[in-house]
Amino acid sequence: MSFINYLSREINCKIVYYGPGLCGKTTNLQFIYNKTNPEAKGKMISLATETERTLFFDFLPLALGEIRGFKTRFHLYTVPGQVFYDASRKLILKGVDGVVFVADSQIARMEANLESLENLRTNLAEQGYSLDKLPYVIQYNKRDMPSIAPVEELRAMLNPGNVPDFEAVAVSGGGVFDTLKAIAKLVLTELKRSGG
Amino acid sequence: MTNPQMVMYEEEFNQIQAIVDRLVKEANARVVFIIDKNGQLIAASGDTEQIDTTSLASLTAGNIAATGGMAKLLRESEFTTQFHEGEQSNIHIQLVGNRVILVVIFDNKTSLGLVRLRVKKASEELNRIFEALLQKVQDPARETPFAEITDDDIDNLFND
Repeated sequence: MSFINYLSREINCKIVYYGPGLCGKTTNLQFIYNKTNPEAKGKMISLATETERTLFFDFLPLALGEIRGFKTRFHLYTVPGQVFYDASRKLILKGVDGVVFVADSQIARMEANLESLENLRTNLAEQGYSLDKLPYVIQYNKRDMPSIAPVEELRAMLNPGNVPDFEAVAVSGGGVFDTLKAIAKLVLTELKRSGG
Repeated sequence: MTNPQMVMYEEEFNQIQAIVDRLVKEANARVVFIIDKNGQLIAASGDTEQIDTTSLASLTAGNIAATGGMAKLLRESEFTTQFHEGEQSNIHIQLVGNRVILVVIFDNKTSLGLVRLRVKKASEELNRIFEALLQKVQDPARETPFAEITDDDIDNLFND
């Protein structure tokens, strides 16, 4: 649910990075944080365990520029990927305007990808959303790893709806901004379509 | 969508700002702010320069969401009030009309009792304003900035 402030002339939107444990959601946000001008970003918050696994969420506020005199601000969130944090994941989806599903390209993680995608659908449905109607993109991450599935295979398995998808290596940043731009654009287009 | 769009206009903002300004004084608080349940900052007053309000807003919303999740497990609808006590600062968090969150940060210059009393009164007033705002937002005839936006405008945002 975006927030339009006529007084400060701001449009605020919420984007959630979803995906299985260790697929690189936090790494996406860290790369964006490191490569963004200080004036365009706020502090990045990570609520993580002592072993740096996301416990509740990561949060990064980002300003992307102005449209017709309105500043566009995006709040990026990640969810904890580990299966047993499902209650927390549901909470973070509340009020979401757009979803990035980060898939782990490694063959060994195919089942985890499918399980997480199914979990995303279920949790969105519980909040009254449908993944088919939300602005939604997919990122095939970890393309630099040795035992990875071909993109066509990942696409057939995870992207039957043919939404925009991107290959990425989030640790070095490849594909990270392409993914972000695509989802931001879809969110703004949806706001325009639905009349805000 | 399950939640209606949150929109803020000048008229309502001024009313809300007046309430938070007054609450800072009457409760003798350091900072008062209002955020929506998704963590967007709506209004703030007091010594806000010392505080990263954006981060605090997001964390407070996360906190309220987590508490709401716990309430659900216990078959409560919500826990509407939270209080965190520190050595120097304390935070009082109040859910208003299950829609927005009123946060008061205070130190030993005041007391929890006074804060609670003033928050209660402010909550009632805020609830009325947000009710009215919601009505206004749901009016199908209202103007939005999006009608004017073209696909080119959106594309231009990403041409760097």
